[in-house]
Amino acid sequence: MIGIVSYGSYIPRCRIPIADIARAWKKDGEEVVRSLGLTDKSVPAFDEDAATIAIEAALSCFTPFHGDPTDVDVLFVGSESHPYAVNPTSTIVGELLGLGNTYLAADLEFACKAGTAAMQAIAGLVAAGHAKYGLAIGADTAQGKPHDFLEYTAAAGGAAFLLGSEHVAARLLGDTSYSSDTPDFWRRDGMRYPSHAGRFTGEPAYYSHVLGAAGRLLEMTGTTASDYDYCIFHMPNGKFPREVAKRLGFSREQLQPSLLVDHIGNAYSATTMLALAAVLDIARPNQKIFMVSYGSGAGSDAFVWETTSELKKIQQVRAKNTLLVADAIRNKAYVDYVQFLKLTHKL
Amino acid sequence: MKIYVNGAVTTQFGELWGVSPRSLARGSVESALKDAGIESGQVEALFVGNMLSGMLGGQEHLGAFFAEELGLSVPAFKVEGACASGGLALHNAVNSLLSGQYATVAVLGIEKMTDHKPEDVATALMGAGSEEERSAGATFPGLYAMLARMHIQEFGTTEEQLAAVAVKNHYHASLNPNAQFHNLLTVEQVMGSSKVADPLKLLDCSPISDGAAAVILSSKKAKGSVEIAASVVATDSLGLAQRTHLTQLTSTQKAAQKAYHIAGIRADDVRVAEVHDCFTIAEVLAMEDLGFFPRGEAAVAIEKGETRLGVSTRVVVNPSGGLKGCGHPVGATGVKQVVELVEQLRGSAGKRQVDNATIGLSHNVGGSGATAVVHILKK
Repeated sequence: MIGIVSYGSYIPRCRIPIADIARAWKKDGEEVVRSLGLTDKSVPAFDEDAATIAIEAALSCFTPFHGDPTDVDVLFVGSESHPYAVNPTSTIVGELLGLGNTYLAADLEFACKAGTAAMQAIAGLVAAGHAKYGLAIGADTAQGKPHDFLEYTAAAGGAAFLLGSEHVAARLLGDTSYSSDTPDFWRRDGMRYPSHAGRFTGEPAYYSHVLGAAGRLLEMTGTTASDYDYCIFHMPNGKFPREVAKRLGFSREQLQPSLLVDHIGNAYSATTMLALAAVLDIARPNQKIFMVSYGSGAGSDAFVWETTSELKKIQQVRAKNTLLVADAIRNKAYVDYVQFLKLTHKL
Repeated sequence: MKIYVNGAVTTQFGELWGVSPRSLARGSVESALKDAGIESGQVEALFVGNMLSGMLGGQEHLGAFFAEELGLSVPAFKVEGACASGGLALHNAVNSLLSGQYATVAVLGIEKMTDHKPEDVATALMGAGSEEERSAGATFPGLYAMLARMHIQEFGTTEEQLAAVAVKNHYHASLNPNAQFHNLLTVEQVMGSSKVADPLKLLDCSPISDGAAAVILSSKKAKGSVEIAASVVATDSLGLAQRTHLTQLTSTQKAAQKAYHIAGIRADDVRVAEVHDCFTIAEVLAMEDLGFFPRGEAAVAIEKGETRLGVSTRVVVNPSGGLKGCGHPVGATGVKQVVELVEQLRGSAGKRQVDNATIGLSHNVGGSGATAVVHILKK
């Protein structure tokens, strides 16, 4: 059975309160926080980028892994903020992880779902016997133009999932995707900041694709919302995942453990993967997790996971090394708006 | 010569991301022709009310564009007057019939706004303002906020009274299947919504919308005809700085007085009115400028329900939901107002039917009052 052999997470330590960004633009901070449903967002340090974040997440993933890194036959890094337009992030990460040279490396880009696309592709390669292990990483230092709505939510973070077929901590019971040409958010080559189509990013984009993928997977697996212990939906803000969970019949309790957006904002390619890490950090064996990502442009990847008794060992190592997502959320240092501008190279 | 509306239809208003302008035009005009009981070959000219096709859609040949889509090889014109484009298109169509040039024409009001970024739409809409206002960075919420602030200062109008306009219009919209919003509002919800331009809040403002409305006008009476008893346009300065008053729109007053005179009625005779509530303060101003209430007294009357369906004994205002509840695809609004009046005067407005609707008035404004168009319809 294909599944998650290990996983890792990384959230930069710096945070900025959303209300501080609002105040910089003479907006009512409380109103913005209430409207978006999040209080802080993570900010990369001055020398952090998607590559360093990917490495941090992968190192965290390798901590509980006792296998040989050179057995990793595939490494895909999904990001919409790859440091180079041409020059792969994946080989930088692979070199530092010591994967050797006989692995397939590729960078993926699909707005906020490049990381889950990597997971799905690697699951296929492992299932086909082309790879013993495959490492899927989602890492981003998301861009938001000053004064654009995205400035409140675009955050940084990374998550790494090692997939294989033995000693899995969570079995992959089913997966599917839902894609269409829906240009709700884009950044052309050479442009520093992305553009987005306002409210168009809601119903025809996020909701249509998340519901499309979710509905298809529920049908494929013959399950309903009540069959799951946890649900995870991509979190561009605090409102969308809550609304989509409600529409699909999931309860607040099923959703709550995944709602990292409230504390760190939207880490783009890492968002649903970090949420999966957070849920795996607290899940018990034999629990089912329903997960749907979303990437603008647009598409959703949906997965059903079932935890195994192997999970406990990973949880213990992560807890001992303060690698839990909850540890990273607690470990924070606030910066003010001017520092935020400096850290993100706008000043 | 008398002019009649023989067919009148509006599309669904709202965020119609899956519908193209061509589909909106075809859907509304074909339905209006059916409503009028005529074939497209009987249409002798097409008047299109639209504001933003050039700035947002890059299409500046709209008459021929829609004539082609509708399969009409007839004279076709785009008429532009900011948010009064629909009303102005109607006025020009009426004049073309009065001149004897044509006997039957189609009027299409249409706008597709939600496919574009909100900041681009806001910039395009400021095309309706004066150069000074644009260079100062003003927006229409800001300009109407100034009018609201002045009304509050001069008459003691309260923000809760302004909110009552949105509450009433959402109630009316909840009864209109083609309206953008069907949710009811409370004064508390309006008061608690995000500030846009103090004292106007989000729920004091009409939305950005897509939609189309079409009417078939003719000098020949037919079954279901409603007469256009007056069609009047008045203008004023583009910018607020040049105005004598900031608590009234002179263009509305002039257009209304002339329309009452032509139609041979008084303001008190109007039983149903569709007025331009782009912001809640705009409906308060309209009530006073149209002569429905003395200056400074409309807000209190609206708060008491004196213009609400089922409560009003004199005039029901914006039974369609108005711009606030039904939506405001700018070029379509002036035509949609007349479609609503036709349904009211025919007695086919369903749950939002106004009792004894025999005389209706539509009031369509461009900019902050630089253009006002008033139509009076009789059963």
